[in-house]
Amino acid sequence: MTRIVLVFLGAFAAIAMSFTALALLPSLQLSTIEPTPGTTDYTYDEQRGREIYMREGCMYCHSQQVRPAGFGADQQRGWGDRGSRPGDYVYDETHQIGTMRTGPDLHDIASRQPSRDWHLAHLYQPRSVSPGSVMPAYPYLFEVKTKANVQPSEVTVPLSAEYAPPGDSVVVATHEALALYDYLMTLELEPLDDASNP
Amino acid sequence: MPDVASSSSASASPPPEESWRRVVDASTRRPVVAFIVSATVWLLIGSLLALIASFKFQFPDWWTQQAWLTFGRIRPAHLNTVIYGWISMAGVGVGTWLWARLLKTELRGRGLLLLSVALWNVGMVVGTIGILAGYSRSIEWVEMPYAAFAFIVPALLLVVASFVQTLRKRHVQHLYISVWYLGAAILWGPFLLIAFLLPIYSGVPEATANWWYAHNILGLWITPPGLAAAYYFIPKVIGRPVYSYHLSYLGFWTLALFYNWAGVHHLVGGPVPQWLETVSITFSAMMIIPVIVVAVNHHMTIIGHFTKLKYSPTLRFVVFGAMSYTTVSLQGSLQSFRYWQEVTHFTHYTIAHSHLGVYAFATMIAFGSIYYIMPRVTKWEWGSPRLVSLHFWTTGLGVGAYFTALTIGGVLQGLQLLDPDVAFLTVVENTKPWLVVRSVSGTLMTIGHFVFAYLLYRIVTQSGTRPEGPTYFYPVPEGTFEAAGGNGQPAGTAREVEAESDR
Repeated sequence: MTRIVLVFLGAFAAIAMSFTALALLPSLQLSTIEPTPGTTDYTYDEQRGREIYMREGCMYCHSQQVRPAGFGADQQRGWGDRGSRPGDYVYDETHQIGTMRTGPDLHDIASRQPSRDWHLAHLYQPRSVSPGSVMPAYPYLFEVKTKANVQPSEVTVPLSAEYAPPGDSVVVATHEALALYDYLMTLELEPLDDASNP
Repeated sequence: MPDVASSSSASASPPPEESWRRVVDASTRRPVVAFIVSATVWLLIGSLLALIASFKFQFPDWWTQQAWLTFGRIRPAHLNTVIYGWISMAGVGVGTWLWARLLKTELRGRGLLLLSVALWNVGMVVGTIGILAGYSRSIEWVEMPYAAFAFIVPALLLVVASFVQTLRKRHVQHLYISVWYLGAAILWGPFLLIAFLLPIYSGVPEATANWWYAHNILGLWITPPGLAAAYYFIPKVIGRPVYSYHLSYLGFWTLALFYNWAGVHHLVGGPVPQWLETVSITFSAMMIIPVIVVAVNHHMTIIGHFTKLKYSPTLRFVVFGAMSYTTVSLQGSLQSFRYWQEVTHFTHYTIAHSHLGVYAFATMIAFGSIYYIMPRVTKWEWGSPRLVSLHFWTTGLGVGAYFTALTIGGVLQGLQLLDPDVAFLTVVENTKPWLVVRSVSGTLMTIGHFVFAYLLYRIVTQSGTRPEGPTYFYPVPEGTFEAAGGNGQPAGTAREVEAESDR
């Protein structure tokens, strides 16, 4: 009997220790961290876009974590001018740091590609702007309608002839596509004041 | 019912040899069959999801009109079905059978286990549909919505209740190492799940908690039943006791102490406090100890008996799994170092590594265990050694090709990403051939799964005429498995081993 108790107690102690150290302590250590300059809470539309980002599983191909200088080539690739800091994530209720780069890192996407036309075309048909891309198309975030039916408030997606719908139809972004764009534009790493640039 | 049923207190002297094993095996029949059949259904679903996800890299415009078929939903649906559906339920099924056998007592709480399997399946349906319908939590390894875990956590606790009840009625004095692993896993699994489902994390700390959890689900929930099965079936089938009991204890405690610190190596080079990375890298490296210990122990047990791999399906699958465990763990220790992570983090290499763990190790051991267990609980035999062989080669070669292709492809991808002169779309282009190999090998593995499911269907329904005697790949020369329970031999022949395992 003593031995089985020993096994259970030992096993419990082992996991309780690592839980405290790896899951609870970081929460405490980082609980007082200040947001980095430019990091603000999400607006309603941005948050909605973020939920679409999560719903569609963008994280499985796009990380949101620029590596520090001297570790990898993220900054030389133009993916950001500094490494990501914990303060960049303070408003992220669900982290989307990610572990995969089938596509490029997006933590500073707003700096290098702010064009709404580009992003909407890319979401509608990635290969229309990035030949050879393996990213899925998201036609269900768009509507195809005839030019006559487009409301003035609606956003039409400019597409090359090869990918444009036939006839006098055009592609119009839904609110979801626009919210997703709004969210992507929050992903921007502003320079830090301090000299150290990890 | 023989006397096992009536004796209620833990006693050191098990009832007479021949009878107790049949009684104990029979007592596990319904829960074990229910868990294994459910697991296999989720394996098939998970495999089909995997194929859809993989082929989307070759045909990115295939099935894009329907939101629920987009890659970013199919992929987490694949992960959750194979982790929580297939390997977890298979682990509980195999573990339940081992638990009763090693404690030499009838399984208690059978009703609880049947309720557990029902809740678990409901949770999996809710979770899988939830992800596909757009309710993914988008946290790696726990994408299923809370509603799914509202069924799965109680299901797990019911398993704990049954295990504890059975443990209290055990007929053995000393606990074989497999009991340690299973007992610890049944504590760790619910602890991990409940701790990480607490709504207390956000931002970067959530990421560290995430990888503490995800890595430990592999190491402390999926790995222990795999090792428990390897420790039981290798000695059992070849008919000699495990090489060293002391080593097996050392292996257990080092795993228990080191493994659960290793997970944050998934965030090396990321925005986490430096001390966390250092701790994780250190403990990842220390994992070499339990791995070498287990490898030496298994190798010294089987040495001189390798010819038996030719005949016994159980032994072949389990030894394949045990060798993969050594490989995947040594790889895990090495790749936690910064210079290695710099190349392989964010690449397909990681996907290869996780399939080496969950598939080549845990899944292959689960297959081998099921080949041993099912004849004993159904009183039937496997229909066709040829199909078993087909299952082995499709899955074995499949995962081998999968691992090789994504490892090479991932390293190349990583090296090219480190070179800013290589355009990103060139890197994408260069990984495409390796992803084709993945689709082909995934197809191969899926074919194997359907063959396995067919065999399982035949044995559970006791279809056809009862096949003759134990299922071996080839006719076995006389005396090969004399001292052992062999594969599919009538239970109760391996007296020595059973006695040894009681030491």
